[in-house]
Amino acid sequence: MKWFLPQASDSAARVDAIFFTVLAVTGLVALAIFVLIFVFCLRYRRGANVDRSGAPSRFLPLEIGWTVTPLVIFVALFAWAAHVYGGFYREDPSAMPVWVVGKQWMWRIEHANGRREIDEMHLPAGRPVKLVIATEDVIHSFFLPAFRLKQDAVPGRYTTLVFTPTREGTFDLRCSEYCGTDHARMGGTVTVMAPQAFEEWLAKGTPAESMAARGFATFRRLGCSGCHDPRSTVHAPDLVGVYGRLVHLADGRTVVADEAYIRDSILLPKRDVVAGFEPVMPSFQGQASEGDILDIIAYLKSTGEERR
Amino acid sequence: MSAPALPRSYLEEGYTLRSWITTRDHKRIAILYALAITAFFFLGGAAAAIIRLELVTPPGDLVSADTYNKLFTIHGVVMVWFFLIPSIPATLGNFLLPLMIGAREVAFPRLNILSWYIYVLGGLFTVTAVIAGGVDTGWTFYTPFSTLFSNTHVVWAVMGVFIVGFSSILTGINFIVTVHRMRAPGMTWFRMPLFVWANYATSLIMVLATPVLAMTLVLLSVERLLHVGIFDPALGGDPLLFQHLFWFYSHPAVYIMVLPAMGVASEIITCFARKPIFGYRFMCYAILGIAGFGFLVWGHHMFVSGQSMYAGMVFSMLSFMVAVPSAIKVFNWTATLYKGSIVFTAPMLYALGFVGLFTIGGMTGLYLASIALDVHLTDTYFVIAHFHYIMVGGSVMAYLGGIHYWWPKITGRLYNEAWGRMGAIVIFVGFNLTFFPQYILGYLGMPRRYHEYPPEFQVLNVLSSAGASVLAVGYLLPLLYLGWSLFRGPRAAPNPWNARGLEWKTASPPPKDNFVETPEVDPVPYAYDPEEKTA
Repeated sequence: MKWFLPQASDSAARVDAIFFTVLAVTGLVALAIFVLIFVFCLRYRRGANVDRSGAPSRFLPLEIGWTVTPLVIFVALFAWAAHVYGGFYREDPSAMPVWVVGKQWMWRIEHANGRREIDEMHLPAGRPVKLVIATEDVIHSFFLPAFRLKQDAVPGRYTTLVFTPTREGTFDLRCSEYCGTDHARMGGTVTVMAPQAFEEWLAKGTPAESMAARGFATFRRLGCSGCHDPRSTVHAPDLVGVYGRLVHLADGRTVVADEAYIRDSILLPKRDVVAGFEPVMPSFQGQASEGDILDIIAYLKSTGEERR
Repeated sequence: MSAPALPRSYLEEGYTLRSWITTRDHKRIAILYALAITAFFFLGGAAAAIIRLELVTPPGDLVSADTYNKLFTIHGVVMVWFFLIPSIPATLGNFLLPLMIGAREVAFPRLNILSWYIYVLGGLFTVTAVIAGGVDTGWTFYTPFSTLFSNTHVVWAVMGVFIVGFSSILTGINFIVTVHRMRAPGMTWFRMPLFVWANYATSLIMVLATPVLAMTLVLLSVERLLHVGIFDPALGGDPLLFQHLFWFYSHPAVYIMVLPAMGVASEIITCFARKPIFGYRFMCYAILGIAGFGFLVWGHHMFVSGQSMYAGMVFSMLSFMVAVPSAIKVFNWTATLYKGSIVFTAPMLYALGFVGLFTIGGMTGLYLASIALDVHLTDTYFVIAHFHYIMVGGSVMAYLGGIHYWWPKITGRLYNEAWGRMGAIVIFVGFNLTFFPQYILGYLGMPRRYHEYPPEFQVLNVLSSAGASVLAVGYLLPLLYLGWSLFRGPRAAPNPWNARGLEWKTASPPPKDNFVETPEVDPVPYAYDPEEKTA
């Protein structure tokens, strides 16, 4: 029986600080209330010979006091917890991206150099990590108890989490959003390694292709390059370096070409048509898996890095 | 006392089945509801018993994973919509609301019996879904699992819930109009018992929130049956839309379950402390505050769902706000005991148990409102423990307290006090043993809806299952001694507790039209005196 959860990330220590503070505050207040109830019940039981005169049935200062005091405590707690929560979604350009795809009933993890894992995730200690989480089917939730973090994997969108693993070791990984028959078996382990060991691990099992290289192959296999090549006769936007840029849409909106935008453009091309182009692109639903799309995004990202 | 003026009691108005199922008497309808929800309570309880039995050991060895998933789904669906939502309003509320305001009936007696028939029809749909093979979506029916992936009888179950919603709406309309239009002369708003205030606020929630649930469930069925893209992103929909709509009803629904419980506890505590309730007006405002804020916090179920970070923060703030009026109520109940003359009857023990468990349940809500902490705790057993403390520790405890308190009024009989007290204590102990370990399990990272679990969680799970067996005994006890009282209990006087309130100013059980003559309203509510000479 383990009574304490290890703290394996920067987020764990921050969340635990809130937990134990709330525990102390609620514990003290609950104790005070229960002691009062107990004392009143004992002292003022029927038949006890005590003074019962002059008990007020209202007392405004007291009532205002016990309305305002919790209010002040609550606002402070709110602000603290919201600040820590904001940190889970911070923009950190130095964060190492790791892609997570949920699927009934397993987690597929992918690293930038193309290394893939199933139900296991290796991370280096001491370096910020950004998880980009997707799902092939229903909603799952990527739950890392030792990191005090979880994030739903939602069909149709990417969700993210940013944190820094701080302690080497092997920790649990679970699914915490009910997803069907084997929900309870969907999980595995997270291994946090020393940075050097992690680099070695990453290089050892590396397949021939990085995610971006695989994305380029997919980009050609699915025929994307046929239209999106600058030399193509079909009038389609040039995608080199599109990732992270502002895109002006036909309906007047302007969006940032992030992961979600690229994904939508592949699966729901009619939704966000780029200004100046005809909505001629077919949907690739059923042809491009979530893994394929992540590869293509990695490829498009890399084209921007090359140009820079 | 000279007898001739006494009319027949409502129970003596007819003994045939027909006289019951065609009744328009709010008191008889309350009895019909009580029978129906008791049946559903034990159905939902049976599912819970198998769940706890399965969780005694880490591997899934008693039932299959699919069966387990169906069990927790049916437990949730039955307990939420067929027991907790109607529990206090449709039974005690139906029986007492007109009596407490000095009315002869509810405003729409025919709608009232119709609401019971709708409840039964909805129940039949849900029972059909269970018999036909069950549903495995969880009571929350999250898409796209429920629309695209589940191979079970989702539409039957969803239609059952859709239908039963209309019985809530009809009860809500009935109570609102009754409170507005049918109060006896002198029964001003601030003379009304808190039980009436609580049911009034509950009715507002029922009428405003339930249609949203109905609409959502229709959309779900449309997507599942006709493949229209509403929640499915492949068809241009959004699964988060479902969650927003679902929780827009289902969070206020928690207040449908707990506000009437607060009303019951207020009545009992003031009576057995022999003291006017402390801060009556603050209590009224707190009820309305909870009902109002309750509509603004649904997004706290979605802190890790992918909704905007800033939306999450706003919902976190509002969730803390709803805790303020809840805290006020706990402080006021405590202050009511001060300088009282406290009698520990069975209903009082239930009510004190309610205060304790509601306090713990409410305070653990603060952990979940603290948004960064919720990220760790949500979808774990911590949440299970939290809402069971509110909905079972709170609502069921208060419901049973109310049943005991008004039992002499409803049945005209007394029950055995010693047995009643023992029942309250066994339930309190069993409840804590069942659910307190689940807080720890949740913090340690055991997710909910797990058919099997890592061995390190076994000790706490065994404790919880042991508690559940004590709790099961606790829930069967009242069935036995109250059943005995129904036929053999001594006759009750009109006001056996020497309580204030108009319901005690008529016979036990009351006549069909409640009062022989319009009762006189006390100038202040709860005019109890702790220094009165006790007989």
